[in-house]
Amino acid sequence: MTRENALFEFLCRMGDNTLVLGHRVSEWCGHAPVLEEDIALANTALDLIGQTQMWLGLAAEVEGKGRAADDLAMLRDAWDFRNVLLCEQPNGDFGQTMMRQFLFDAFHVMLLEKLEASGDERIAAIAAKAVKEARYHEERSRETVIGLGDGTSESHQRMQAALDLLYPYVGEMFAADEVDAAMAEAGIAPDPSALRAAYDAHLEQVMGEATLTIPESRFAHSGGKTGFRHSEHLGHMLTQMQWLQRAYPGATW
Amino acid sequence: MKPALNDIWDWLDQVPDPEIPVISIVDLGIIRDLRWEGETLEVAVTPTYSGCPATSVISMDIETALRDKGLSDIRLKTQIAPPWTTDWLSDKGRARLEEYGIAPPSPAGGPDKCPHCGSAEVTKVSQFGSTPCKAHWRCKDCLEPFDYFKCI
Repeated sequence: MTRENALFEFLCRMGDNTLVLGHRVSEWCGHAPVLEEDIALANTALDLIGQTQMWLGLAAEVEGKGRAADDLAMLRDAWDFRNVLLCEQPNGDFGQTMMRQFLFDAFHVMLLEKLEASGDERIAAIAAKAVKEARYHEERSRETVIGLGDGTSESHQRMQAALDLLYPYVGEMFAADEVDAAMAEAGIAPDPSALRAAYDAHLEQVMGEATLTIPESRFAHSGGKTGFRHSEHLGHMLTQMQWLQRAYPGATW
Repeated sequence: MKPALNDIWDWLDQVPDPEIPVISIVDLGIIRDLRWEGETLEVAVTPTYSGCPATSVISMDIETALRDKGLSDIRLKTQIAPPWTTDWLSDKGRARLEEYGIAPPSPAGGPDKCPHCGSAEVTKVSQFGSTPCKAHWRCKDCLEPFDYFKCI
């Protein structure tokens, strides 16, 4: 794999994570339990989609084949997506959505903080912009996970179920492969496995406050960030997200 | 003859923010640079939040305002580094926000007083509000809800 190919793959991973999670979160618009949460979720989705435009815009530029961010978002099929499996998991109940958000936000903040020092100044600039938003997301998802985990017996039980369901998707975020190795060697991005210890410590502290138990098994599903094997959920999501371009190819307004 | 950059700054200071029309886009701190490149006026604009939907409206408003002043050769450039911060809000902008009922950003992480009655007894309702740049707070004395301009 050439360095340019690895860079394109890496940028697609960044942009697809924010795109797929952003779309998932936007599915709550008009359905959240209370108005304030509805607005908060929609704003979170908006930030993530905005970040997607920057990451996929740069990916398209690096690729140099005349594609734009919109082409990457709307005209690729599931096997070309490079998001981690965690981001494509369905919303479930509000607690499950917020657990997924926290598990991702905590990773996202740590990664973006490292990317601010990227040797590629375009990446450093996007990271410096995105990290401010990601920190704000993490603050909210963390407080909500703690509030609901250490809440009523019903909310506690639902948050524990959400953690049990989603924890097997945590490992993939830190599993390094040849793309990560190429990025680390070029000084463009950190080796994600080097972030795991700090993440685990943070998770342990937050789940402790939330009175939730982290599953013992470190089993991790994989296949999202390489595109080798997405879960069945991504394809279903894309039929909604890409509907307009599939039904009316090339439509603009 | 090309107009002076100072005059152009003044013109742009007349362009209201589309979502918070009491402050101008210059007050908001998103116009980062104005320069002449030959006969072309280059305007560097930075987005507030990555996904803020007002960004494209602002670009259109800038073009319209400058065309009304007779400038036709304009190039808008998006500049994301350094990232926008609420430290760039002008003092005039902060004062206008408060008069309008929006608490200006404060490094303490929340508003220091209610923009309606001035009470310091305020409480957060939600980290997010009606636009990406605002959070939702409430005054415990006058009981009025209000927007707080998030400090980033």
